[in-house]
Amino acid sequence: MPATTAETVARCQTLFDDLDFTAARAWKEAAPGRKVVGFLPVYAPLELIHAAGCLPLGIFGGGDRMEVIHGDAFYQSYICRIPRSTVELGVTGRLDFVDGMIFPFVCDVIRNLSGMWKIMFPQVWTKFFDTPQNFDPEVGGAYYIEELKELREGLERLTGRPITDAALRASILHYNENRRLVRAVYDFRANAPWKAPASEVYLLMRAGLMMPVEDHNGMLADYLDAAEAEDRPRRDNVRIAIYGSFCEQPPLNLIKSVEMAGCYVVEDDYALVNRFLTEDVPVDGDPIEALATAYLTKSVETSCKYVPREEDKGRFHIAQIRKARAEGVIYASPSFCDPALLDRPMIARRLTEAGIPHISFKYAENSGQMQPIREQAGTFADSIKLWS
Amino acid sequence: MSDAVKEPSMLLQKELIARNYDAITSARETGRKVSSTFVPGNLNELLLCFGIVNNLPEINAIQNGMRKLSGDYIMTAEKSGHSEDVCTYVKADIGMMGKGNIAPNGKPFPNPDVLLLSYTGCYTFMKWFELLREEYKCPTLMLHVPYEGDGQSTKNMRDYIVKQLKEVIIPGLEEVSGVKFDIDRLREALRNSARAEDDLVWVLEQGKRTPSPIDAYFGGVYYIGPIFTAFRGTTDAIDYYRTLRAEVQARADAGLGPLMPDGTTLSEQKYRLVVEGPPNWTHFREFWKMFSDEGAVVVASTYTKVGGMYDFGFRHDPDNPLESLADYCLGCYTNRNLPSRVEILTKYIEEYQADGLLTNSIKSCNSFSAGQLMMMREVEKRTGKPGAFIETDLVDPRYFSAANVKNRLESYFQMIEQKRRGGSRAA
Ligand code: SF4
Ligand code: SF4
Repeated sequence: MPATTAETVARCQTLFDDLDFTAARAWKEAAPGRKVVGFLPVYAPLELIHAAGCLPLGIFGGGDRMEVIHGDAFYQSYICRIPRSTVELGVTGRLDFVDGMIFPFVCDVIRNLSGMWKIMFPQVWTKFFDTPQNFDPEVGGAYYIEELKELREGLERLTGRPITDAALRASILHYNENRRLVRAVYDFRANAPWKAPASEVYLLMRAGLMMPVEDHNGMLADYLDAAEAEDRPRRDNVRIAIYGSFCEQPPLNLIKSVEMAGCYVVEDDYALVNRFLTEDVPVDGDPIEALATAYLTKSVETSCKYVPREEDKGRFHIAQIRKARAEGVIYASPSFCDPALLDRPMIARRLTEAGIPHISFKYAENSGQMQPIREQAGTFADSIKLWS
Repeated sequence: MSDAVKEPSMLLQKELIARNYDAITSARETGRKVSSTFVPGNLNELLLCFGIVNNLPEINAIQNGMRKLSGDYIMTAEKSGHSEDVCTYVKADIGMMGKGNIAPNGKPFPNPDVLLLSYTGCYTFMKWFELLREEYKCPTLMLHVPYEGDGQSTKNMRDYIVKQLKEVIIPGLEEVSGVKFDIDRLREALRNSARAEDDLVWVLEQGKRTPSPIDAYFGGVYYIGPIFTAFRGTTDAIDYYRTLRAEVQARADAGLGPLMPDGTTLSEQKYRLVVEGPPNWTHFREFWKMFSDEGAVVVASTYTKVGGMYDFGFRHDPDNPLESLADYCLGCYTNRNLPSRVEILTKYIEEYQADGLLTNSIKSCNSFSAGQLMMMREVEKRTGKPGAFIETDLVDPRYFSAANVKNRLESYFQMIEQKRRGGSRAA
């Protein structure tokens, strides 16, 4: 019997709530020599970690359930929450089983956190992973291929085993499958959002960052089957897209509040690593080159990537909004988040030009008060209904 | 700072800056092209090869901060949808645009012909020029400089930068200017740079003397002016640094401290500090006075390294022109990882015999600020010298609380005293 949506979501919720990462610990202990490699938002080539035989573990902050005691002593008040809760996870020993940490380029906060990690946890293999901002295969591509090779070598040193091309190809296939299923869930939600509430899809996507990709693939397939089969009441909600939330994640209650305020979320940039590459990565050539090319030519537009041509700015968002048939956009960004907040006026302008209504607000991963957000989202939903 | 007492080097610098602003604001009449670019990793020598005038928006923001205009500009930008949370340099720049884009010489800035996005050490740069590009619709040339995450540059990083210079930046500048690239011209400029850099390093290293004839933070802002901006690579910069060096030499010979804005020299030096982080510009003199009133001199700072870390041996190299531009960009202070920054600060404390590390944490600047609390503790641990932490902003006057800063500084100096007494008891 495949799992019901409720059962799947309950499993995801357990993983999501568990700040001791019991499942990842169990995975590691299940066989000798297993290693766990943590990664932060927004994008890391998980295929390489997987091909190294390691478990990629998404470290996406502490959410609203963790009391940050030490982390605040590391950060000034004007810096976002995710680095401080990540430090908290580290200093409280919750990540003591993690053998390596990858800090991908997203902004200077996470960049600097990579160096702090090196000082604080010298026993952990810590890698700042810089992706190119030049998208010419001969220039940025050549650079990126070498960076990927360096990452591969780092992982090989960590495990003491080579990562063969065959293993990497096999991993790419698993992740291609994962991307296909993730897209299928998003498409399904865009078609029938009442059957796949945003809070459920969110948990489903977050769970994928904490379990082997093979298991996640099974879970996504089960969820799709079950969600299709289940009947759920359809409401007169408006369809919205949420952007700006690609790094520090909002509390789950925020997503629920937006839904309760009369919005169906049909598109978002939560847990973006699952959808960062928008198409299959080919497995017939050199797999490292294939990963590099996919990044350069088939990846999302988001704030940690430079947009080389002015006319392309926001184009990806508009296309996604149209595809998901969203009627409006909530640009919800973490407080003090430079990438999201510097981008906001540009994206907002493009949305206005395209005639797409939008509002914005800020949150923190531990925001508690949802009333204002519910009111704002509710008013927004009403105004869309009224004017469309 | 009109009533400030000025030495010949300062007058020279003032004249250089005025001349550059005139070159920028008269560019339409003279037919010269104008670029905008950033201080860290700036490619001034390359711009010189194309006869392009260099306008630096960070410097405009600083000028507007010192002239008390930035607060208004920032509010203007915030009213038009820019978040209160982001870097105030960006908002000061965008707000200035909204108010007519008037240069310090009272004439309007022309729109730039090219945005040279030298992307070194700071995320905000990328968005800043994406924002400007929307307004100016001019070519934008991105030079992506990878971050030294593992504490050093690699061949791959260097090759990547050189390739971008060859494939993107140089052809782009040729197109904008209509001037063919001449590598010998670049070599000549780099030779000039290296000469000025030698003198700058000599000046900065005088902070090792007791008393220090320089102030490496407040005074340092003036010392780095020409080399961090539109003059590196010119003979003007060589002259400036020769003059500056002679002045510092004269003070050192006379056993005098650095020149204060009121014309006195800070020769009674009770505290020697290393400072991490940029200064506040809206209350620059008031801030400086809080130090000098207490007899505190800054002997080394990291802010004077954002536009290049020459004191660690790097020089622009005419024999390897593009590679040396790449190495320059890679090595700027904020492009170095935190363990390297901790090492640099530790070395400064030791080599400049400082009493401790003061961090001026800037609300605007995650590049500098994220991680500074840990850095301070780490430096304290390694040197045994006390650290202190103050928080201000660059050009947003709302974030300068004079009373708070003063209190913090006073208690810090007391702490240093206590430490000394404790230290001498133990000895
Ligand atoms: S939330 Fe924003 S500012 Fe904070 S680490 Fe993430 S991208 Fe950087
Ligand atoms: S964030 Fe810091 S380094 Fe970047 S532009 Fe602002 S002040 Fe300069």
